[in-house]
Amino acid sequence: MKTNQVKNKKGIILRLFKDILEFYPVMLPVVIVCILFNAVISSIPAVFMQNIIAIVEKSWQSGDWNAVKENILYLVFILGIFYILSLVSGIIYNQMMAFITQGTLKKFRVKMFNNMQTLPIKYVDTNNHGDIMSYYTNDIDTLRQMISQSFPQLLVSSVVVITVFGIMIYFCIWLTLVVILGVIAMLFVTKRVGGGSAKYFIRQQKALGHMEGFAEEMMNGQKVIKVFCHEEESKKDFDKINESLFNDSREANRYANILGPILNNIGNVLYVFVAITGGILLITNAPNFSLSGLAMGISIVVPFLNMTKQFVGNINQVSHQINAVVMGIAGAQRIYDLIDEEPEQDNGYVTLVNVREENGQLIECKERTGIWAWKHPHSSDGSVTYTKLAGDVRLFNVDFEYEPGKTVLHDVSLYAKPGQKVAFVGATGAGKTTITNLLNRFYDIADGKIRYDGININKIKKADLRRAIGMVLQDTNLFTGTVMDNIRYGKLDATDDECIAAAKLVGADDFISRLPDGYYTMITENGANLSQGQRQLISIARAAVADPPVMILDEATSSIDTRTEAIVQRGMDALMEDRTVFVIAHRLSTVKNSDVIIVLDHGRIIERGNHEELLAKKGQYYQLYTGAFELE
Amino acid sequence: MVNEIKGGCDLNTIIKYGIILIILAFLSLTFGGVAGSTSATAACGFAKNLRKDMFYSIQNYSFENIDKFLTSSLITRMTTDVTNVQNAYMMLIRVAVRAPLMLVFAFVMAFVMGGRMAWIFLVVVPILAIGLGIIIYKTFPLFKKVFTKYDALNKSIQENIKGMRVVKSFVREDYEKKKFEAAAQDVYADFTRAERILALTGPLMQFCMYVVMIFVLSFGSYTIITSRGLDFDIGQFSAILTYNFMILVSLMMLSMVFVMITLAAESAKRIVEVINEKSTLTNPENPVYTVKDGSISFENVSFKYSKKAERMVLANINLQIRSGETIGIIGGTGSSKSSLIQLIPRLYDATEGTVKVGGVDVRNYDLEALRNQVAVVLQKNVLFSGTIKENLRWGNKDASDEELVEACRLACADEFINQFPNGYDTYVEQGGANLSGGQKQRLCIARALLKKPKILILDDSTSAVDTRTDAKIRKALREYMPETTKIIIAQRTASVEDADRIIVMDRGSINGIGIHKQLLAENAIYREIYYSQNKAGDQSEN
Repeated sequence: MKTNQVKNKKGIILRLFKDILEFYPVMLPVVIVCILFNAVISSIPAVFMQNIIAIVEKSWQSGDWNAVKENILYLVFILGIFYILSLVSGIIYNQMMAFITQGTLKKFRVKMFNNMQTLPIKYVDTNNHGDIMSYYTNDIDTLRQMISQSFPQLLVSSVVVITVFGIMIYFCIWLTLVVILGVIAMLFVTKRVGGGSAKYFIRQQKALGHMEGFAEEMMNGQKVIKVFCHEEESKKDFDKINESLFNDSREANRYANILGPILNNIGNVLYVFVAITGGILLITNAPNFSLSGLAMGISIVVPFLNMTKQFVGNINQVSHQINAVVMGIAGAQRIYDLIDEEPEQDNGYVTLVNVREENGQLIECKERTGIWAWKHPHSSDGSVTYTKLAGDVRLFNVDFEYEPGKTVLHDVSLYAKPGQKVAFVGATGAGKTTITNLLNRFYDIADGKIRYDGININKIKKADLRRAIGMVLQDTNLFTGTVMDNIRYGKLDATDDECIAAAKLVGADDFISRLPDGYYTMITENGANLSQGQRQLISIARAAVADPPVMILDEATSSIDTRTEAIVQRGMDALMEDRTVFVIAHRLSTVKNSDVIIVLDHGRIIERGNHEELLAKKGQYYQLYTGAFELE
Repeated sequence: MVNEIKGGCDLNTIIKYGIILIILAFLSLTFGGVAGSTSATAACGFAKNLRKDMFYSIQNYSFENIDKFLTSSLITRMTTDVTNVQNAYMMLIRVAVRAPLMLVFAFVMAFVMGGRMAWIFLVVVPILAIGLGIIIYKTFPLFKKVFTKYDALNKSIQENIKGMRVVKSFVREDYEKKKFEAAAQDVYADFTRAERILALTGPLMQFCMYVVMIFVLSFGSYTIITSRGLDFDIGQFSAILTYNFMILVSLMMLSMVFVMITLAAESAKRIVEVINEKSTLTNPENPVYTVKDGSISFENVSFKYSKKAERMVLANINLQIRSGETIGIIGGTGSSKSSLIQLIPRLYDATEGTVKVGGVDVRNYDLEALRNQVAVVLQKNVLFSGTIKENLRWGNKDASDEELVEACRLACADEFINQFPNGYDTYVEQGGANLSGGQKQRLCIARALLKKPKILILDDSTSAVDTRTDAKIRKALREYMPETTKIIIAQRTASVEDADRIIVMDRGSINGIGIHKQLLAENAIYREIYYSQNKAGDQSEN
């Protein structure tokens, strides 16, 4: 992973900009034009005001309105047109920005989600789920702030600053120099104070995370705290963490809050200096030095003062966006990390197809026949062979390591002929789950070979391999939706009848039909409204409707009571019928009914055989069986 | 000042005004700085106190209160909701005073300086106010709705991450992508709708500003010229343009504060809910501080978790347990084994009847005194991040190292702790993630033993421990703590076989009491459980 590299900030902003342009190739340029147009137009009225004031100044003592009426009204009319243009462009860009902001966020969400679906299971196994979630919540939020507010603001402000600056030079360079001095002071302050603010904001985020972690741990153990009367201690610990969060967030906000007044008042002082300089220039009748060649006069100083205000105001606006930009860049960086995360590699070319049998020959066909075969193209001679899907799985001298150098499986060889049941037995960490992870290529083996129906699984397309291997896991993950939706998850085009038949097969129909809305009962929060056993039954039905020739079962260890356990057990048994099954066994009856029992210890097979053989051996299995050994 | 420059061109006057202005700027800087800094302290302090009050309040919750809230919901309240309130509060103290003041001041000044010109504000301001009102009125419900959808979207991501193995093994990646895209599109559409309305705020304000500008520029110049500067002069002219800006900005800020407060109101409501939640258990007025012995009696006890529940979880329980007795409790899920024992340390109050410990009603004890004498090893037990020692000292914070080792020996935890490179200083990850189930259970038992309680309750606390160790622990308890009343809830009959008495629970009542042999002969439920666990073994042994 290249996550922790500090990439350059400009690169991130540039990429973000490129992406938004790609999402909105028409709208984005239009918006930028509108923003620029709007900004330029908003700074132009100063010119007209200056003209009007100049006219009024010249003729106010005459009292003759009619003489200047036409002139003034003409200027006001033009001004009005500019105002209307500014309003129209303002409305257009504001409306479009709403689309662009939300649309970009949506596209980033979808991009992240889509890439996440292609990532190897290792990603989910090795990353904290809360962390992954925060890509979608916190990071997207910082991006929203940056796109919708900071970007337009920065764009507008820089254009205004540049335009106003131009006009200033146009009017009077002496006064402009005074303004430049002020700007340098402001930039200096922004860098110092704004930098401090950004630093503490990031620290505040960390402190917040720390507080969240602590509170979560305590609240999960709240009942234990009660039982041990540990309330006072945990309050004390919390106070400490809360205090440090308070300090960081106070500093962050303090810096942010102070920045505004400082810049504002530098602006005020600047205003005074411009006024005084202007006064001096007027009194001394100093020659004006400007692009326009206009003579020094009140009609230059007054608008100049206004421009100074505008100038300062915009720099102030920019400084307000600093925190948002710093956090937005950090957020964008994390979002790109997820989007760039390397997807699962798949070089498989053997696929699973529907076939018809004609005269003992397998003929590929499009329609669903219920008979499946592996289509195996051979690159050497261009021929294609078909092998009927049977469910024969063999492991040859398999070694595996999650991390380089830490081998967790050593030289594992075993086979399961179609319809056979293989049970894995052993303590936690013995490697039972690891073996099942290898069969459907959640992880790839380091050495050795795994063959499915005689084909090396590395040659099989992952999606097809996984379709040929069903799985029922200990943690039953159900999804929000109806019970029916959840069963249908196993086979998306299954009819209601097929789903109900599957539920009946595994004995889930009984309780489902007693639910308030039967098969259409909504399952929420991972099935919190169902009992553990009921959830297991639904997940078994889900696997049953998929109907794969090979099943991997991970029996639940959790203590459900004897009666429910019996029902779940019957469901499992029904599912196992006529299939090749690998089962991580916790129940005696499952183990006993298996064709082969594999006893694992520290990644090695230490005993194998059926129940009677192994008992007669009086080895490790015998000890496990008699409960003399810790088994989980 | 503008007047001076225009009129006299007297440098001294300009400098005089300039100095005053600079002094004002410094004052403004000082006050602004102090205000900014104190408001930061105030708002962050407010947030800190809110978090503290919530956490303290939660610490005082009874089990019943804890059951009411989801952990995830409490966490959101302590983080997101507090942040919302904090931001709104800071806005409020920084802007809510300043903006109205600025508004009033600007209005007054506009009338003083601008005279008749200022009437235009009476036309424009209501337009702006009404416009902003409509925008808020329209967007608020939209935002409320879309945030619910947004939550649902995030929940579905969470589901997907948790269920990644299922997604992959059923090859449903594309299906998930489509599902997500549709949900994201939905959220996008609603957000855009709300934001588009909100985006009208800027142009609306610009519109008002422009109207004033045009009016002042045209009608203003007319007035100046026709009245020869008597009714209205150039100084007033530029002043009213400035005040125009001030008035509109302060109105804008007020509307922003208003929006923030309405959004934060929801958060505030959720925070207050936590703080105001009163513990359903309170200490009696003149509590008893000493627990005489470990005898327990249930007298006509009935119990249900919520007042609204129809069915009693425990119905009419009568039971006498002598001090020092070992009691086994067995029964299926939902037979209320755990409910029964939770009444003893007063984790819940009995709905009817009385529970007595040491001959005194549990409601008369000081809660801490009672719970220190009644140690419960909960079924869903938790270890905390910290060293093994730190975790053990939860039982008794003054325990010496020897006492720790002693307790661990009784709980058969000493053997595996010593195998760790760091022994008792081994760091336990959050929730004990780096320990096996059996190890965790043994540590939890040791932690409870350190209390040296008069009553020890093990609620299915050895389910992951192998039978041999389980037996060893029970033997140790019997031999080293003969005075302590021991109550053992178990799934396995093997764990209770040697108890003085075994209670068989079924659907909230006592189905049978007796010793193993007696129950095996007389009690159908006990027999069923016993045989379901031992039948397979018996057959294979033959």
